Amino acid sequence: MFNDFVAPSLYPAAPEIFLLFMACVILLVDLGVKSPRRTLTFVLTQLTLLGCAAITLLTSNTEVVYTFSGMFVDDMMADLLKLLVYGAVMLALFYSREYIQDRQAIPKGEYFVLALLATLGMLVMISANHFLTLYLGLEMMSLSLYAMVALNRESAISTEAAMKYFILGALASGLLLYGMSMIYGATGSLEITEVGERLYTYSVDKSVLVFGIVFLVAGLAFKLGVVPFHMWVPDVYHGAPTSVTLFIAAAPKLAAFAIVMRLLVSGLITQAADWQGMLIVLSVLSMGIGNLVAIAQTNIKRMLAYSAISHMGFMLLGIVTGVVGGDARFALNAYSSAMFYVVTYVLTTLAGFGLIMMLTRAGFESDELDDFKGLNKRSPWFAAMMMFVMLSMAGIPFFVGFFAKFSVLQAVVAAGYYWLAVAAVLFSLVGAFYYLRVVKLMYFDEPKIQEPIEGPLFIKVLVSANGLAVAALGLFPQFLMSLCAYALMRSLT
Amino acid sequence: MDFKTTVFFFLSAILIFAGLRVITARNPVHAVLHLILAFFTSAGLWLLLQAEFLAMVLVMVYIGAVMVLFLFVVMMLDINLDQLRQGFWKYLPLGAVIGILIAIEMGMVLGSRYFQVLDSEVPGVAANASNTRELGALLSTDYVYPFELAAVVLLVAIVAAVALTFRGPKKTRYTDPAAQIRVKAADRVRVVKMPVEKQD
Repeated sequence: MFNDFVAPSLYPAAPEIFLLFMACVILLVDLGVKSPRRTLTFVLTQLTLLGCAAITLLTSNTEVVYTFSGMFVDDMMADLLKLLVYGAVMLALFYSREYIQDRQAIPKGEYFVLALLATLGMLVMISANHFLTLYLGLEMMSLSLYAMVALNRESAISTEAAMKYFILGALASGLLLYGMSMIYGATGSLEITEVGERLYTYSVDKSVLVFGIVFLVAGLAFKLGVVPFHMWVPDVYHGAPTSVTLFIAAAPKLAAFAIVMRLLVSGLITQAADWQGMLIVLSVLSMGIGNLVAIAQTNIKRMLAYSAISHMGFMLLGIVTGVVGGDARFALNAYSSAMFYVVTYVLTTLAGFGLIMMLTRAGFESDELDDFKGLNKRSPWFAAMMMFVMLSMAGIPFFVGFFAKFSVLQAVVAAGYYWLAVAAVLFSLVGAFYYLRVVKLMYFDEPKIQEPIEGPLFIKVLVSANGLAVAALGLFPQFLMSLCAYALMRSLT
Repeated sequence: MDFKTTVFFFLSAILIFAGLRVITARNPVHAVLHLILAFFTSAGLWLLLQAEFLAMVLVMVYIGAVMVLFLFVVMMLDINLDQLRQGFWKYLPLGAVIGILIAIEMGMVLGSRYFQVLDSEVPGVAANASNTRELGALLSTDYVYPFELAAVVLLVAIVAAVALTFRGPKKTRYTDPAAQIRVKAADRVRVVKMPVEKQD
């Protein structure tokens, strides 16, 4: 009866297979590495990511390819997001090297292996075309992240953050699964594109479907960290070791964007009217509460956590405005603006946390806002880099954050949601206050600490390049923008 | 009511009773034992659906492995029940109101005609069809990708558990016989020259 089964093509999944293989190899090699710096493990990890990037580039083509009985999809959007994930993870690992070196309690070898396995989870999520694989990818990523948050075993606050993250994450997974099972009940298929087709062709039980969508959106909102499902974000950002905060703040956002696109746009686009309303509420609340509460923070990690909430809310605006009243003319524009937004946010946040980690030393976390006082006197160069990051996040013109916000707002206006655009601009203005406060602290206050900033030259160059990229992409945003648009055009048919 | 339906209701009654006891039992060991009963009974329900393999797996994996482990943990933990139950009566009225509200809301949604279970028949299965074989074939053909992914998730769990709990090998103090034989008197005794001290 299974004689008609054709062995799936492994070719599109080559990066994932290579990554899994290398993660297992590194796990074994690390047993033999005696040096406390774990240079071999670190180099192998970076080479693995580089190898994955090469394989992704080599195997990428403009067609949409399905394999593993339609459970795995390889399209341009997946390829582009995967390449960005490799880049974000590589940068995050470079930045965290010295940080975890200074903290004895963190097991070094496992840190890199868990980071690789989390990356694998993100790749699986990005390429998922089936509820099962999407869920398993999500769990793979989340489990690795829970463990990474708790890796600093001597810190009670890290353990607490990991517990909160774990329990809320498990709850969110439950919500997501429940929603998926409802949609399965309504459509009779677990395959995302198949769900989309059945919803298009057949009439299905509407109320079961909406019931499922509510749970699905709630689960996605948890994972994105938007209001009112944002409770875990500040605690996890604050409690986790800064290197892990950087990891969580960057690459997983790209994967989260991918699953939102797969579930809501590829699968449930016919129900857009149902989920758009929910997303608008989530988005406005996130921009409001995220920006307002960030003002009250004294810890820069917490402040950036609330800023992340507001940015994710802003990004959702792009998803909301894709289809308005069955009119999909602006869909490509809207989705690519959301993608551009999330990509630039990841780039900026990498630079921001990279700079925070440059200021830390053994036994000193430079995560209070006061630690940034007078940074200009200690190092004018890195103060300028931090200023670039803050101005970009605030959306000041000619930094990349401005163009990200601009293109999303353009999509919102094109869709006719004028009040939404006004609200977004107003909340961004509120947000500019606390970003500019950091700039003020750096330039106009007296430093508390006088020590110059130390660190390996390579990392300094890398952080500077990252900061300059935030500025340069602001001057030439066209390339990245058209790349996002092209990838989405080839993927959404 | 035919025989199958009688068995179904019999098992269901036991299942509901066991489930209720799991959350109401004062003694955690009793709760775990009732959970075992619940699992066993639901395995019986699965047998009625002709899912023999799944029923056996439920018994072997859940009851045989997971629940026994659970029982060990519960017996080893010294749970102070009085502390857990503190404030129970204080919170009961509010909790009850919220619980009833949730139940009413769910009833309003689920009781509407859309959520009725369709009167469907379990698809007929050929008498000699093997559950195990079908599942095995599906897992290694169509579902091979999620199957592998589930294995990787387990790997992540193992790595994470070891990374979080393993604190390096214990330095045991054992004697190396070879080193003991090679030892010379000079290694053991250190002769220190000191000036003679005056006796008081």
